[in-house]
Amino acid sequence: MTRHILLVLATATVAACGAKNPPPPAPTPLAGAGAAGAAATPTTPAPATTAPVAPSDADRRAREAALSRAAADSAAAARANAASAAASVDARTTITATIYFDYDASEIRDDARSLLESKVPVLAANPGVRIRISGHADDRGSDEYNLALGQRRAAALKRWLAQRGISEDRMLLASFGEERPVCGDADEGCFIKNRRAEFEIVAGPATLVPAK
Amino acid sequence: MSGTRRGNARGIRAACPALCRAVGAVAVGVGLLTASAGAQDPGVRIGLTYEAGVKPGVMVLPVRGLGGDSIRVMLQRDLENGDRVEIIAGDGPPPLTVNGRSQALNYGLYATLRVAAVVEAVITASGGVRVQVHDVGLRKVADTREGPLPTPLFGDAWRQGVHRIADEVEQSITGVRGIAATRVLFVKDRRVWRIDSDGANATPVSDAGALSPAWHPSGRQFTYSQFASEGTRLVTQEFGGSPKPVAGTGRGLHITPAWSPDGATLVWATGDGDGTDLVARTTGDATTVPVTVGRGTDNVSPTFAPDGRRLAFTSGRSGHPEVYISDADGTNAELLTAFAFGDRAYRSNPSWSPDGRAVAFQSQLDGRFQIVTITLRDRTTKQHTSDGENEDPSWAPDGRHLVFTSTRSGTRELWVLDTESGRLRQLTRGGGARMAAWGPRI
Repeated sequence: MTRHILLVLATATVAACGAKNPPPPAPTPLAGAGAAGAAATPTTPAPATTAPVAPSDADRRAREAALSRAAADSAAAARANAASAAASVDARTTITATIYFDYDASEIRDDARSLLESKVPVLAANPGVRIRISGHADDRGSDEYNLALGQRRAAALKRWLAQRGISEDRMLLASFGEERPVCGDADEGCFIKNRRAEFEIVAGPATLVPAK
Repeated sequence: MSGTRRGNARGIRAACPALCRAVGAVAVGVGLLTASAGAQDPGVRIGLTYEAGVKPGVMVLPVRGLGGDSIRVMLQRDLENGDRVEIIAGDGPPPLTVNGRSQALNYGLYATLRVAAVVEAVITASGGVRVQVHDVGLRKVADTREGPLPTPLFGDAWRQGVHRIADEVEQSITGVRGIAATRVLFVKDRRVWRIDSDGANATPVSDAGALSPAWHPSGRQFTYSQFASEGTRLVTQEFGGSPKPVAGTGRGLHITPAWSPDGATLVWATGDGDGTDLVARTTGDATTVPVTVGRGTDNVSPTFAPDGRRLAFTSGRSGHPEVYISDADGTNAELLTAFAFGDRAYRSNPSWSPDGRAVAFQSQLDGRFQIVTITLRDRTTKQHTSDGENEDPSWAPDGRHLVFTSTRSGTRELWVLDTESGRLRQLTRGGGARMAAWGPRI
């Protein structure tokens, strides 16, 4: 849209200049150029007897007003689009924010509650969205027991959200145990990042609406 | 003690009657001899120098013909991996000759080399292998075994043929069949792999996304868990075939399968919400029956007792993972591993020994997992490892060796432990190996 406006303005500028100093002959005529463009790019210097076809002042003013209205409208639309896109991104970020857990535990931590709470109105405002909650574990402990632990973590979150009115049908569960770490070092800084549940949107509209 | 040792004994004949079945008595006798030798003048030694834990010495003679060298090396290595005999290197003394013709093995000279049994293999006209096992003490051929060596030379079936003969030779000498003709399944790069007991033929056998392989007792197929879009399901696959979903394992989490020893019932862990419980399904039945009642806790990693009547498994019901045993239907569950109030140590991944006497598991000691066995009769425990992190034990069919995952070499590899001697050997190379399951004899 913006590019289109610039093109129109550029053409108008060329037309205005062309009236005084006709440009050198172009090798080929510009296809699709308007009346102003045609006047601005004659293949030969215009003889004095054939004056260029200039639009009347009223026409010109009307066209300029229309152009400026269109530019304003599209700018407003772009702003609205941007705002809605940003809101959609925010909603998506809220839904997919990761929740962390304590070692060998599936209880929801106090410091995770506000983040989890913020997901509820967004999920409520976007009933078409289905999510997959996948539980993960750090790599201490048994690989196999950690799959069960990951499942328990994901299930704890599903239960928590269901108690706040999010339909269970919208929530799939998965566990990857310690199979998909986000951090590979053997220290607590890394373990804490891996003890998590991830939220993934598996179905729903392309654009999400913010919480009401 | 490990590795091949050269026979260097001199002096009196090795006191090793009847193929050394009474090894302890021999050790005592030799101990007396060496004690009296100590009283001799320096430089004069009579008797044999035996080290602790004496095992019968076995010499494998050179094998003539195409592939003969490989047969000999494989027999030596298989017998050594069995940890019940000691391979004595060398080609042996020349046979006794009468009028320029070979007559018999020079048993007397073998005895001085501490050799209790001589293994003499020949490639037969039909392309198989025939092995004579000589009893040096009795000065005669004690046993003859023969088996096919399917072509192509050095191929998979050919190697298994040699392994089978090695197992029979071990049975002939020690009374216990070897485990050379067995294989181990494990997980690497998210696939199930299969490897021969001697570390040869490591091959991926499943698609990606696989975990926790379990052998069917037939040895022809295996069951494992596989990540799918709807959760983690179980599939069963013939070697070389394609995976088939296990009925009743569609949605949700389905992990850690184990087949009953009769191959009729599959037990596994499943959970779709509150906790994970063991369930069982008998082939042909339309229903899956519950085994554990975990009430929101995790119950995983079942292993059957060899009679199929009992199970050991990991459960978090006491607040953290411990090993429990129960009847196969889940009743009479009791804590197997020690539990002390406030103890947060982590014990898991049991494997019930094929002789039924012990359960191996992993136990967190000083923050790292180590391999521990517990005897079922008196509940005494024995720690087998201390170097690196050691996890996920699985018994060999001989009830003596364990395969497990260890980081002792810097990467995750499978290692084989002789629980009697503590001897270790590395089975895999290249890192990333885990979740080993030792298969039945082929």
